[in-house]
Amino acid sequence: MAAGKKEPVVVTGLGALDKPASGLLTWVDARFPLMENWRAHMSEYYAPKNFNFWYFFGSLAMLVLVIQIVTGIFLVMHYKPDAQKAFESVEYIMREVPWGWLVRYMHSTGASMFFIVVYLHMFRGMIYGSYRKPRELVWIFGVMIFLCLMGEAFFGYLLPWGQMSFWGAQVIVNLFGAIPVIGPDLSIWIRGDYVVSDATLNRFFSFHVIAIPLVLLGLVAAHILALHEVGSNNPDGIEIKDKKDADGIPLDGIPFHPYYTIGHDLFAAVVFLMVFSAIVFFAPEMGGYFLEYNNFIAADPLKTPPHIAPVWYFTPYYSILRAMVWNFFYIDAKVWGVIGMGASTLIFFFLPWLDRSPVKSIRYRPALHKAIYAVFVVCFFVLGYLGTQPPSPVGQIVSQIGTVLYFAFFLGMPWWSRMGHFKPVPDRVTM
Amino acid sequence: MSNEQSVDKERRNAMVATSVVGGIGALCTAWPFVNTFAPSEKAKAAGAPVEVDISGLKEGERMIVEWRGKPVWLLKRSPEMMASLAKTEGELADPDSQRKQSELTPEYCRNKFRAREDHKDLFVAVGICTHLGCSPSGPFPAGTQAVLKEEWGFVCPCHGSTFDLAGRVWKAKPAPDNLEIPPYKYLSETKLVIGDDSSDKKGA
Repeated sequence: MAAGKKEPVVVTGLGALDKPASGLLTWVDARFPLMENWRAHMSEYYAPKNFNFWYFFGSLAMLVLVIQIVTGIFLVMHYKPDAQKAFESVEYIMREVPWGWLVRYMHSTGASMFFIVVYLHMFRGMIYGSYRKPRELVWIFGVMIFLCLMGEAFFGYLLPWGQMSFWGAQVIVNLFGAIPVIGPDLSIWIRGDYVVSDATLNRFFSFHVIAIPLVLLGLVAAHILALHEVGSNNPDGIEIKDKKDADGIPLDGIPFHPYYTIGHDLFAAVVFLMVFSAIVFFAPEMGGYFLEYNNFIAADPLKTPPHIAPVWYFTPYYSILRAMVWNFFYIDAKVWGVIGMGASTLIFFFLPWLDRSPVKSIRYRPALHKAIYAVFVVCFFVLGYLGTQPPSPVGQIVSQIGTVLYFAFFLGMPWWSRMGHFKPVPDRVTM
Repeated sequence: MSNEQSVDKERRNAMVATSVVGGIGALCTAWPFVNTFAPSEKAKAAGAPVEVDISGLKEGERMIVEWRGKPVWLLKRSPEMMASLAKTEGELADPDSQRKQSELTPEYCRNKFRAREDHKDLFVAVGICTHLGCSPSGPFPAGTQAVLKEEWGFVCPCHGSTFDLAGRVWKAKPAPDNLEIPPYKYLSETKLVIGDDSSDKKGA
């Protein structure tokens, strides 16, 4: 469609549809808001110019999501969701499918890397107050993504049908059995049998490959749409939209594309993929943390392995579950354990309203707050470590202390977040 | 139509009625989908009783059989093992097996050793922890496990609940109850059936 006879046409509105397309883009744009979205979310989405390395992890989470979806599609081509064949089919992928080992190790490593990246992403949100007004919904969608991710990891972990798959699922499904009155029937309903069996495997497969990924994708879209509606927070925790130039563009904002896509996230992706590849090729089992050794033994419903522990990313909550050993208020310790474990993840939803600090970012908070955050991080790691260990009397007491501190961090936040001497917050971002 | 015009009540009512009927229809449609999750007829039929021959079981030995997909332990307790039951009684949460009797302890096993009186050395139990369903490890001999205070017992590898050799849970452990004793009966001195305790000997 080069220059030839030029007709005077209206190029906007319905008129554009009548116009002979002068370019593919114009043709598309007249029918679909392609450039409009490109501008809104990429070239004219203004992100604060002072992002640091903590801001790598959102885009890296997207990268891992893509890795998991692509490798997952290829694994399903060879995997058999059948209690008689599942374990064998995973070994078949590992030994006989050309390059199957690579695809499978990418998927298993991707699962752990997903949690590493997401935990760092969440921690970033916590230290810079990214969940504070007006970003509450960004945070809530994020926590929902986190819960979906845990569901996805849990359902997926049953599929290799190894000993840890089987007994891990047994324990978690029985958690629902702890709910008073409806519990026992509920856990049978979830399993579709009186024990974890073929019926359970098939439905977990369905959840893992269809239901949860669909929800996850929707939530990721909502998370990003909500973020782009209110704009990104930054390490100073101040609103760049408060200071705009004559064109209404934030003075401290730079277009997401190309500054962050090429200059920031691409670099992060390269470094990440180097680490990722190193793990896939040299330490896919990561000393039993990414792939547990007992899962190389086929599921045996009659014998629990001598030491069972969930994969590392669940161990802090698992420690909290194990820490509850007393009956309070006529409710079994078992129920308290389940409540504690559930509460330890759901409590993240309330963070935007628990935090009453006058400043968002850790940079301008009192030393006391930094110390409290440090204690929380230590607790998280200690609980995580204890969750990987066999139960012991000392471990039990330490995990009880850790549990108390974990919840004190959140429940005490309305009070401690207002205490201490805050530093003055700058008007403009600092680099 | 001006903005002040009041809502057309007839249309509003028709809309509400349609929504209600439609909502009921949607709920009814959800019902079969929700129910596909329940155990299938095949799964329900798989709960038949199991016959076990214990003629080869020596004193102090344990065998495991599968009943309804769960491990059932048959432990032939030695005199030393039987003696250990009394030693840790102070540590137990429910030494007399009084909780949830109808689910956990059949009438004929409501005694200190949780076994039939005529064969009290043979301990039969579902080897599934009452906490979250792991299968406890053991039996550990006296003095091998610190968490058992140097006595005989079972230890759940998942959350550290401890049980004595009658499947009675210790106090202040995650597991709320004693191990389940399945219905069982002896067909002869060396043969028993798990999952059936009807007095009719041919009932199995």
